[in-house]
Amino acid sequence: MNVDETVQAVRAGNRLALARLITQVENDTAVGRAALDRLFPFTGRAHLIGVTGSPGAGKSSLVNVLAQELRRPTSEKPDRRVAIIAVDPSSPFTGGAVLGDRVRMRDLAGDPGIFIRSMAARGALGGLSAATAAVSQVLDAAGFDVVLIETVGAGQSEVDIARLAHTTLVVESPGMGDDIQAIKAGILEIADILVVNKADRPGVENTERALRTMLELAKNHAAADAWLPPVLRTVAVQSNGVLELGQAIEAHREYLQRSGHWQQRDAERLSTELDHLIQATLVARWRSTLPAGALEAALVELAQRKLSPHQALEKLL
Amino acid sequence: MDRKIRVLVAKPGLDGHDRGAKVVARALRDAGMEVIYTGLRQTPEMIAEAALQEDVDAVGLSILSGAHLALTPRVIELLRANGQTDVHVFLGGIIPEEDVPQLLAMGVAAVYGPGTATGKIAEDIRKAVLGE
Repeated sequence: MNVDETVQAVRAGNRLALARLITQVENDTAVGRAALDRLFPFTGRAHLIGVTGSPGAGKSSLVNVLAQELRRPTSEKPDRRVAIIAVDPSSPFTGGAVLGDRVRMRDLAGDPGIFIRSMAARGALGGLSAATAAVSQVLDAAGFDVVLIETVGAGQSEVDIARLAHTTLVVESPGMGDDIQAIKAGILEIADILVVNKADRPGVENTERALRTMLELAKNHAAADAWLPPVLRTVAVQSNGVLELGQAIEAHREYLQRSGHWQQRDAERLSTELDHLIQATLVARWRSTLPAGALEAALVELAQRKLSPHQALEKLL
Repeated sequence: MDRKIRVLVAKPGLDGHDRGAKVVARALRDAGMEVIYTGLRQTPEMIAEAALQEDVDAVGLSILSGAHLALTPRVIELLRANGQTDVHVFLGGIIPEEDVPQLLAMGVAAVYGPGTATGKIAEDIRKAVLGE
């Protein structure tokens, strides 16, 4: 299949062509880039929803039931198609990965309106992989109405998802830390919707209270028309609270479109993407102009303390 | 960027013992591959659908229930019907020696019994996928 045929097949809903193009984009091949160039005018329609939170908070189980909720036909949206990107970590030693998010998503099998793709982080540290944004564009251009992006189990600073998604869900579960965790900077700040999953467990009141207190403090210096993140309880494995979560996501989408933040987030996302591209490309170009052995020689001098890191930089540039 | 080998490790059928599948998944990870693990009690339809969406190079099936002669050809048939004619299918678990020729004739690339060195499985997959 050449680039033209690939683009056509993906736009026409051919799932094999889509899966193969995602591989090309993930590996950043010439074919992948060319196809993405052609598909880009068709992007910008899908609602990108990020799902992040600590390992074991129940992100995959929540995505499993949330995808079913978003698929449920309503009078306005008889057939919303949902794509899922599930990112798991790569081994820092071998580059291999076990991608296990599908284990929790078995209820979604057999639904032609759902497409699930597992991705390894491949060394990226922000909770996504370098190609996640590009893959979400492919799915957007392929006509999916919603793209759910599940990050790797996030600690405190894996916040790249907030720059990619329109709506970011941060999933917590009871017993994951006291209220000082809730006032730290980082992951909680990026939440558009806070979800306390496993809400049938003891300690759910404390977790919810800590999150609400954190939000109250933030509210004091928020703009008048700012979105106030709701705190919702769910029990994903019993589908409890998922209807309300779907409504909150819809409310956030309406807020974004009403307030102009939809376009603003889109512009910020594209600016971040261009920025990454410029940096990666300039570094690669500069490296290709380096005389052979220059970098290695500088590293030796660095290790011998003959040069400081900044002096080495001056020498190489 | 170098090409990553992607492998689906799946357990079709009704037996609920996935230790072997997890050991193989882990070993392939350690060999630098990206392994999509789908869990227990998958139907051939679920396995073929996952293999398609994930665009894998190989599918590993772990079967201990004795249903390998029924499940394996069905998975292969569905993969081929979806256009994934180049996906390598390998099999592990409790497979009687006398069934192996029949499975190979169905298009299975290799059958691994208990005690197989995991390094051999990884090496075989690498060779099959990269055509070495």
